[in-house]
Amino acid sequence: MLQTVLDASPRTDAAAAQDVHVAAYRFMLLARLLDDKFAALYRAGKIHGGVFLGRGQEALSVSVGISLKKGDVFAPLIRDAAGRLAFGETVLDAVRTYLGSSLGPMRGRDGNVHRGKPQEGYLPMVSHLGAMISVVNGVLFARRYKKISGTVGAACVGEGATSTGAFHEALNQAGVEKLPLILIVANNQYAYSTPTHFQFACDSLADKAAGYGVEVQTVDGTDLGACLKVVGEAVARARRGGGPQLVVAELLRLCGHGEHDPNDYIDPKLWESPLGRDCLKVAEEYLLRQKWMAPSRVAILRNEIIREIEEAVAQVQREPAPDPFVEQWHSIATGHLNEGNEER
Amino acid sequence: MSLTYLEAIREAQAHALRDDPRVFIYGQDVGAFGGAFKATKNLAQEYPGRVLDSPISEDAMVGLAVGAAIEGMRPIIEMQFADFSTVGFNQIVNQAATLFWRTNVPCPITVRLPFGGTSGSGPFHSQCIEAIYAHYPGLIVLTPATVEDAYAMLLEAVALDDPVIFCEHKFLYYHLKADELPSEALPVGKARISREGRDLTVVTYSAMVHEALEAARELSGEGWEIEVVDLRSVKPLDTDTVVASVARTGKLLCVGESWPWGGVTAEIISRVTGEGFGLLDAPPQRLNAKDTPVPYHPNLWAAHRPTARSVASAARNLLRS
Repeated sequence: MLQTVLDASPRTDAAAAQDVHVAAYRFMLLARLLDDKFAALYRAGKIHGGVFLGRGQEALSVSVGISLKKGDVFAPLIRDAAGRLAFGETVLDAVRTYLGSSLGPMRGRDGNVHRGKPQEGYLPMVSHLGAMISVVNGVLFARRYKKISGTVGAACVGEGATSTGAFHEALNQAGVEKLPLILIVANNQYAYSTPTHFQFACDSLADKAAGYGVEVQTVDGTDLGACLKVVGEAVARARRGGGPQLVVAELLRLCGHGEHDPNDYIDPKLWESPLGRDCLKVAEEYLLRQKWMAPSRVAILRNEIIREIEEAVAQVQREPAPDPFVEQWHSIATGHLNEGNEER
Repeated sequence: MSLTYLEAIREAQAHALRDDPRVFIYGQDVGAFGGAFKATKNLAQEYPGRVLDSPISEDAMVGLAVGAAIEGMRPIIEMQFADFSTVGFNQIVNQAATLFWRTNVPCPITVRLPFGGTSGSGPFHSQCIEAIYAHYPGLIVLTPATVEDAYAMLLEAVALDDPVIFCEHKFLYYHLKADELPSEALPVGKARISREGRDLTVVTYSAMVHEALEAARELSGEGWEIEVVDLRSVKPLDTDTVVASVARTGKLLCVGESWPWGGVTAEIISRVTGEGFGLLDAPPQRLNAKDTPVPYHPNLWAAHRPTARSVASAARNLLRS
């Protein structure tokens, strides 16, 4: 959260920009190294189910998380480790969900990227693409109803989700209700293995905004500075009452759909194109060039993060797994109305 | 004073809006227009800003309700017809129904489904789809058969901390009347013995309760006393009341207006044979609509769904077996 970063050090604009970049870079690096750890644990057979990485999308994702404030709403998707951490998720909760710890927010009932804390405005995704957008609308709708102003909500999707009915319905709904929604589309060129020419026929996904009466910006998703600026401005416009905002970022998914996916269908020309730049490397080079961080500091930071991740994994591996004999097996909150249990 | 089933639904919503500031209504044409069936007549005028028109977007309507519920509200979503709720199906069964189990955060939304057949409504304005929703964990599915239940159960639905699929039968909207609104009611989850009898139990719900009662009156003239159990709520299902009734009568006929494959009637027979096989004096039977889409023409429609006559006929066969 940007505010947290800035409040900690009220300084000049230039210094503030440096602080934000450094903070954003730290979350990106943390997300990348955490993803690497999950991939390693997956290959070692320590994770049940799939592992889904955000490699190549950290600059865009962190810009969302860092631009939101406490009290805002965030519905990340599968490649948003950086945004989640910047929004306030702990490494521990991420690891607990991937390893199925009963102490985690999902208590082994759901795993991997399906995690969140709705009571804190951090919405846990369902797998059905586009489905979280109208849920964010609903929180914002209720806030307006309760006369709570000044908060916004962000939802992240990929270009694949723009083909769903849910995306259309929700963006149209946000436009009709003029809700402070920021919808981030990461066009990472492939929805699983499907290239963009099988996904949409318009020149740019930004063209869709006009149909919903929604403001739109496009951004180079490999450039942290550009992402911070464009996403930050979209968030600010929504917060000022400017209505829903669409942000379309162009980038390349630098990994498979999941770690099970060899990713061999990606057009090799894309790897060589500007889209194929690694946003983490680009951000690091920028920080070094600006002398906002010394090379030695980057190396220290990396070691600090690796230690943090290793400690979290070691702790979670000692935590209890969910116990089917302790599990309540209640699907509804009204205890006595659950079917098939002895309370009835 | 006399009140229809539809007016009871309108009154329950007025009551909920009056008593609980967290309640709002969202759906197509529900605002100034008062709804396709006028179930929200004048409510937008009486409760400004709380009865709101939505775009024709069933998916986004339910998604919005889930978000509002997370934020502490108690939304009522009106589907114009139950048939169209399939467009919002994903949000109902995957988002609303799983939220509490996944996160421990309750999802108190009420989705009103005007459902069931009326003459001339055809394949896309007549469907009975309660069983599909009941199949999914995380949902409560209510099917009131009386004016009093329509009122009391809708109020309880809004007060419950869980997503409720409220199936209100369009056939009952206008012709079913009561003298006054109830001050107390059976709680959700309890079935009612609508008519006592000793020879055979008919288990049914919603509009079919009235077909069963009429059949029971007809059979009474032939010397048979039929017990009619109104489930009221198909999920949770009050197995105890059903099994206790079968213990008295020894014979079971389940009647549903929905399609025959699977569903509520099959579930009841499964439970009764599992829990009370020894109570049965004859193989349990069920009567459902035919396995085709719901037809438009009155001649076809009347033959498609169970009626008092076909219920009585099925009961006679079972009584003589």
